Amino acid sequence: MILSLTLLLLCQLAGEIVARAFVLPVPGPVVGMALLLGLLVFRDRRPGGLPAPLTDGTLERTGKGLLAHLSLLFVPAGAGVIGRLDVLAAHGLALAAALVVSTALALVATVYTFIAVARWVGR
Amino acid sequence: MTGDFALWVFLSRTPLLWLTVTLTAYVVADRISAATGRHPLANPVLHAIWMVGLVLLVTRTPYAVYFEGAQFVHFLLGPATVALAIPLYEHRKTVTRALGPMLAALVVGSTVALATGIGTAKLLGVPDAILIALAPKSVTASVAMGITSALGGDPTLTAVLVILTGILGAIMVTPLLDRLGIKDYRARGFAVGLAAHGIGTARAFQVSEVAGTFAGIAMGLNAFLTAVLVPLALALLR
Repeated sequence: MILSLTLLLLCQLAGEIVARAFVLPVPGPVVGMALLLGLLVFRDRRPGGLPAPLTDGTLERTGKGLLAHLSLLFVPAGAGVIGRLDVLAAHGLALAAALVVSTALALVATVYTFIAVARWVGR
Repeated sequence: MTGDFALWVFLSRTPLLWLTVTLTAYVVADRISAATGRHPLANPVLHAIWMVGLVLLVTRTPYAVYFEGAQFVHFLLGPATVALAIPLYEHRKTVTRALGPMLAALVVGSTVALATGIGTAKLLGVPDAILIALAPKSVTASVAMGITSALGGDPTLTAVLVILTGILGAIMVTPLLDRLGIKDYRARGFAVGLAAHGIGTARAFQVSEVAGTFAGIAMGLNAFLTAVLVPLALALLR
């Protein structure tokens, strides 16, 4: 598990360095995700010689363990919002209406476009 | 100084207390969510944050002191984002087959999220300065705050709107798309990741791994596209 966590951190670190060095518009961890994806492809093209935790499913379990509790990771930032609801003061109702309308329409528009194109290309 | 007070001064200054409060609130909220069969209204992010907020309010703890402890949890967002590569890799065949639908849904969804957000707010008389902070609301917080700052808006307001959008999207997605009879979990996941970033993605992973995988992809792609579209949309408004 430690090896898997180390690999996740190494990917994130490399991602941050790349994102900052090349002033990319995407956050470092997203670059790190692409790097890990590349490593996984490479691992399965050339198996053998790698430490067991990277090939026996430990890496997968560690990553999925983190993702299973993704909700937890938003609690610290979310708690900050509770104390700053005052910034909504003057336009609270209008902003709430905008969020509800826009989120519902975005969900519906995205889902129907996805399904329509999937049907159109036959997948 | 009384003994009780000295103990409180000690506890309130160590990361231990606030880390424990964060985890306890989440464990309680997650148990409630599990006990209700992952009912949308039992969203663990929503319930954990008001519990933590209540504790901070009652103990009059400044958010900065709380964050000293909670930052260890917050930090894990980075490695968790990297870990999205794992389900993405495992479902790579499903994902590559859906490239066309994903790109089309990305362009339409991102435009609708942006246009209807600022459009509704403008109709309701919200001033332009606040529209800048509202525009990137569907994008993951760090990117959204960056977009707002670059355009001269208030990133704190953006952070609040982003988190509220995430919670709203995570709560709305299941009842809304059930009512419409949508059964394609690739499409459902992609929609909630696009409209409600990481909090929506967390919801998608509760429902199915395929939905979660597509949500993660949508979150990443939309961060990129929104960064390009927001300045354009705001220029059109003026």
